[in-house]
Amino acid sequence: MALPDVKQSATEARLATLRMPEAGCTRDAREAALARLRAMGLPGRRDEYWKYTRPDTLISPEAPKAEVFHTDEPMVFDGFDRLKIVFVDGVFSPEDSDDLTLEGVSIDRLEDICCKDIHWAKQLYGVLEERGQTPVQRPLAALNTAFAQDGVAIHVTGKPSKPISLIYRHDSESSDAILHHVIRVESGAEVTILENGPAASRFNKCIEIDIADGGTLHHVRAQGRDHQRRAATHMFTRLGKDSVYKSFTLTVNGVLTRNEQVVELTGDDAVAHVAGACVGDGDFHHDDTVFITHDAVNCESRQVFKKVLRNGATGVFQGKILVKEGAQKTDGYQISQSLLLDDDSQFLAKPELEIYADDVACSHGSTSGAIDETALFYLRSRGVPAKEATNMLTLAFLAEAVEEIEDEALAEDIVSRLEGWLARHS
Amino acid sequence: MAALDQTQVKEGVDQETVDAVREVGTYKYGWDTDIEMEYAPKGVNPDIVKLISEKNEEPEWMTEWRLKAFERWTQMEEPKWAMVHYPEIDFQDQYYYARPKSMETKPKSLDEVDPKLLATYEKLGIPLKEQMILAGVEGAEDAPAEGRKVAVDAVFDSVSVGTTFQDELKKHGVIFCSISEAIREHPELVKKYLGSVVPVSDNFYATLNSAVFSDGSFVYVPPGVRCPMELSTYFRINAENTGQFERTLIIADKGSYVSYLEGCTAPQRDTAQLHAAVVEIIVEEDAEVKYSTVQNWFPGDENGKGGIYNFVTKRADCRGDRSKVMWTQVETGSAVTWKYPSCILRGDDSQGEFYSIAITNNYQQADTGTKMIHLGKNTKSRIVSKGISAGKAQNTYRGLVSMHPKAKNSRNYTQCDSLLIGDKCGAHTVPYIEVKNNSSRVEHEATTSKVDDDQLFYCRQRGMDEEEAVALVVNGFCKDVLQALPMEFAMEAQQLVAISLEGSVG
Repeated sequence: MALPDVKQSATEARLATLRMPEAGCTRDAREAALARLRAMGLPGRRDEYWKYTRPDTLISPEAPKAEVFHTDEPMVFDGFDRLKIVFVDGVFSPEDSDDLTLEGVSIDRLEDICCKDIHWAKQLYGVLEERGQTPVQRPLAALNTAFAQDGVAIHVTGKPSKPISLIYRHDSESSDAILHHVIRVESGAEVTILENGPAASRFNKCIEIDIADGGTLHHVRAQGRDHQRRAATHMFTRLGKDSVYKSFTLTVNGVLTRNEQVVELTGDDAVAHVAGACVGDGDFHHDDTVFITHDAVNCESRQVFKKVLRNGATGVFQGKILVKEGAQKTDGYQISQSLLLDDDSQFLAKPELEIYADDVACSHGSTSGAIDETALFYLRSRGVPAKEATNMLTLAFLAEAVEEIEDEALAEDIVSRLEGWLARHS
Repeated sequence: MAALDQTQVKEGVDQETVDAVREVGTYKYGWDTDIEMEYAPKGVNPDIVKLISEKNEEPEWMTEWRLKAFERWTQMEEPKWAMVHYPEIDFQDQYYYARPKSMETKPKSLDEVDPKLLATYEKLGIPLKEQMILAGVEGAEDAPAEGRKVAVDAVFDSVSVGTTFQDELKKHGVIFCSISEAIREHPELVKKYLGSVVPVSDNFYATLNSAVFSDGSFVYVPPGVRCPMELSTYFRINAENTGQFERTLIIADKGSYVSYLEGCTAPQRDTAQLHAAVVEIIVEEDAEVKYSTVQNWFPGDENGKGGIYNFVTKRADCRGDRSKVMWTQVETGSAVTWKYPSCILRGDDSQGEFYSIAITNNYQQADTGTKMIHLGKNTKSRIVSKGISAGKAQNTYRGLVSMHPKAKNSRNYTQCDSLLIGDKCGAHTVPYIEVKNNSSRVEHEATTSKVDDDQLFYCRQRGMDEEEAVALVVNGFCKDVLQALPMEFAMEAQQLVAISLEGSVG
């Protein structure tokens, strides 16, 4: 079917500003992604999948300007021993990064891979993204595959002694960054991936994660306080038998953030948990879009999303559990909740189930409301000042999502960030 | 019913029981009535629209209204977003108007109605004739009727064939008649309200209905009147290749109350038939409307052949403060169901309720749910939806709960449960939740599971066969909704639940 004119011209206008880098072994994948993108067009306001989030500024030819954010406070994860990989405005910075050698893992820069004709990443680059295009189209991910400027390929073969930390730095007011990472976790291997930092004025990021049988990947991400940024991120994860994927995202502020998680459980007994906590103030728009496909027996998936919104902030949640025919004994759980701290904020949710197997237990819940007056009264009657009581209840509300982080030290660091935000904004 | 035919008759079970079980297992409304019909030519165009309007002896403004709708319809596209798949419908290969020949001149009373027609309704279990006699006998209306009285408007293909108890209702000021009669007799009411809840250009099927609707029911309950009996409409599609497009308009004026029941059946045919109805309900201050449906259109055979395509737009507008509407539906029939009875909660403190059981078996597909639009302060809504899917059927709940910024202190509770019987069917939930103020509370819960093995085992242990046990468990699963139905309907619905699932076990 031909694209509507408006869509086609918007797509071509954006493509005119992009240049495909030297591609080497990723060339075929990039060309195919470009063809995919041209066939579906960039998202428009009338697309069902973008019903609650306006994609205009994510697809405009030029990135809207965003002030560079400065703070003297230590960055999240600063106190942790980790292997740092730093990107400045979407470009790998060798001088800021650590030495990329670590036992149990091999890390290559995307640019280096692109010079080669043969590399393991060829089997993965653009592959999971393409799988993730059905049944719902994700044009921004196809754009990413075709035009990614930089990124890393992480091959986990053992159990590296420390987390691998991807740090994004923002230096230019008009930076428009496209990053693409691929991660392969081999059988029995285990790794923790951390992500943080303001990346660019506009950030399009895609990570493809392939976890082999018995592999484990923990992912903790903090999207920072660079309020004017616009970000569209995609994580495509495929899980083999007995593998584990646990991902948590903290988002504080940001004028527009769309985080998509596309998870496919292809091996029996696999476990996938995705969680998120976000706190937003004012012209904040945060969109969590999750799509989990159960295509194997006895798998477990869990989605826990909590949003605290104030002063006209908007929170969006689109979550789906798809259980394919034959994916018996599936345990699927999904909860999305919002706490609206005032009357101007809004929560828009579309929690979906699509189930083609009978021996399953799937449930979802979604609630929205104000702070519980009775609980507030209880705390105040025990001498806790109103502000403090509100903050305590807000933190308690977010706790269920934060608890999804297995590493206690990391969870504590995240909680301290939330406390900081609440202190600043109340 | 292959499963039952092969069942060995157990010792101690008499032949009567076996026959009875066999009978309930099939679609028992699958016969057709051999009546001479009058058709309009196939297809739809301005001339057909005019013809329908003419046949109903409508005034000019109504004809214009229809033609405008038709023109709009030609520019619209069929919606594709629902989780239902069916071969493309050729809208020109349908009859848009069919009526029994004997109805060419409107009968003055039910006595003049073709006896075959009345026999049809009797077969359907509607005691039209009996009630007619009751109503016809002088003084009989004042005498206590046996059981509960129900006034019936029966619609056969395109026309209403009779309405009972009209006189008694008139005494209370209640108008209950066919919509074509209302257009002629009460144009001021029709003009004021028709299309005010479901606008002409609302959606593809509603617009088509606006152009070609042939008949339907009209109810007006004056201020302060509690309608003395339940009102009921029975819809029957009889003729082949005929689409039925009925239009129902219910107006509950200030402080009134009415309970309305709707039932539908159709004969068993190989080809799919189209049904696109529109129901509009207007609820004024302090008024209450209860609308119950048992939809049992022919669902197609066990290979998915034939059946009714049911595309229905139902909407209630709670205009006045403290108004209340309650939708209850039991959807067991139709090959394809596309139906979202909705509530616009405009008045402060108004309430909307939606209770639904949707059962799909064999190749049936249902995409149904509700919209609760909260506009007024302190509005409340409650949604309880039970979807049961068996065989190769697909069952989707699709709904919207929207809290507008001005709908302070409003409340919604939604519970959607799906039950799967067999590993080839599907159950889906697609809720939309939009909350735009913080004093409102919205809760949504959904679960999907299969029939509990422990419960089945318990029933089997006590001597029930598997089908009986499943029917019992399913009835328990639906209890919340069945309880919301008026008494007579609840009994019928309970049986329907069991019948619809016949052959799905084992």
